[in-house]
Amino acid sequence: MLQHPVSATGITRLHRLWLYAIASAVIFFLIAPTLLVIPMSFSSSRFLEFPPPSWSLRWYHAYFESVEWRDATVVSFEAAIGTMIVSTIVGTMAAYGINYSRFGAKRFVQIALALPMMIPVILTAVGVFIFFAPLGLNNSLTGLILAHSTLAIPLVLISVTAGLKSFNANQEMVARSLGASRIRAFMTVTLPQIRYSVISAALLAFITSLDEVVISLLIAGGDKATLTRRMFLALRDEIDPTIAAISSMLILLSIILMASSQLIRPNRT
Amino acid sequence: MSTAAANDLSIASRGERHSLNADALKRSERGEQVRLLALTLPALLLVGIVALAPIGWLSGLSFVGPNGLTLVNYQRLIHPSYELTLITTFQLAFLVTALCLILGYPLAYLASQMSSRGASLVLLCVLFPFWTSLLVRTYAWLVILQRRGLVNTWLRDLGVIDEPLRLVHNFTGTAIGMTHIMLPFMVLPLYAAMKNISPDYMRAASNLGASPIRAFWNVFVPLSRPGIFAGLIIVFVLSLGFYVTPALLGGGRVMMWSMQIERSIAVYSDWGAASALGVVLLVITMGILWLVSRLASIGSFMERA
Repeated sequence: MLQHPVSATGITRLHRLWLYAIASAVIFFLIAPTLLVIPMSFSSSRFLEFPPPSWSLRWYHAYFESVEWRDATVVSFEAAIGTMIVSTIVGTMAAYGINYSRFGAKRFVQIALALPMMIPVILTAVGVFIFFAPLGLNNSLTGLILAHSTLAIPLVLISVTAGLKSFNANQEMVARSLGASRIRAFMTVTLPQIRYSVISAALLAFITSLDEVVISLLIAGGDKATLTRRMFLALRDEIDPTIAAISSMLILLSIILMASSQLIRPNRT
Repeated sequence: MSTAAANDLSIASRGERHSLNADALKRSERGEQVRLLALTLPALLLVGIVALAPIGWLSGLSFVGPNGLTLVNYQRLIHPSYELTLITTFQLAFLVTALCLILGYPLAYLASQMSSRGASLVLLCVLFPFWTSLLVRTYAWLVILQRRGLVNTWLRDLGVIDEPLRLVHNFTGTAIGMTHIMLPFMVLPLYAAMKNISPDYMRAASNLGASPIRAFWNVFVPLSRPGIFAGLIIVFVLSLGFYVTPALLGGGRVMMWSMQIERSIAVYSDWGAASALGVVLLVITMGILWLVSRLASIGSFMERA
């Protein structure tokens, strides 16, 4: 097994042992620290020692008994669901338009819609804050959803465009030549075939909003504080173990979302 | 567009009789194109009005003082404390980018050489941090690196150190945390580029007498350059504007440019300074991206020639 050549240059597995070692170490560095939070969250100690002196659910109790944390969780989920709906619809429309349009102007549209990904988020946050102030949209759910959507739209665009690229547009043409309206043709022919990329775009938009910190920090105050905003402010002051419990639940949610985005994908092999 | 126009022309030249038809076709084609582009309007309006226009407004604000147009906001930036922030920001961005390349290259290389099942397992491990909250990952490092944290406890148990090391709330902790966050942004473009390198090149190098190491350095690494380039740029640009992780792991001792912006608003309510700081960050970021897109188009042009 180890002597078997694995590369085009006749390198064997044995020669590659060091490469396996380095790669495993890097993967450990990527994964382990995050997962370590889960056992920590069941610690009975304030000081997050590892291994914990004894096990308890006290930090989960602390979370569920706190009205503030619960309210923040509700706001975060409302914003995430709103962002998911807005950016998936608007982003899918844009992806469709850009993909089939032959106007030269579409280059500019593409660049404009990709910009929020490249501009440092702190700038977007400050800009949004100034813009929302006279409109009274700061500290509101609507404002939060609008702002988060600008970050999610570029991701939706990338995901849905990839789906459209592998779809044969002639099928929609056939439907339309048989008398289906454009919308009907899209809904019944195109959408079912690109659904995987649309669903994973929606999941990405959801998690983008749920995890967003910087914009929420500036525009989501008062009773519209998001979970991430409260976590950030709590972490800046002290290492509150309640956050370990919240983090563990968020990690679980991430794993579920990631697994579903992998599972819905058709087998490519 | 051009083929449609050519069709229209050929139809039109066949005679007067067809020209009415051709005009109608042309009009319906143009209407179709306008409708398609109109589909992008909601997204364009949302992003334009909520995100882009306010940044433009903010940039304009930086040139306005109490007595009209002025550069005073920028003159105030020439100050040792801002200079220090700029140096720290670039130091961290360079260090993190370099660390990501060193850690990411072997992993991406191995993944590109594995069977598709092995590779997708590795990629899943790389994608996992992507789906996990940035804040959760930063918190994890805070817990691990703190005074009574995992690393200090283990090092003390092993007898390596007597006093706990200061690993967090400083430059070291910030660099470790940022490298962890940025690593997937390096590995994914590297992997994509390496996957495109045909094993035939390596086989050819080997047949021509190159040792495996020589073949790797002289053939594989140069061919993976597009991925290296893309990874370096993404990580560097994202690091320059990074806020959350440095703010938490730096513990106030590491001042990044983005933190300076937040601070001038939250602490001093100094919109002039904040907008000028913002414009500087924007110009640096966009400048790098513009430069790279120029270089990339020159590169692809030379490859085609």
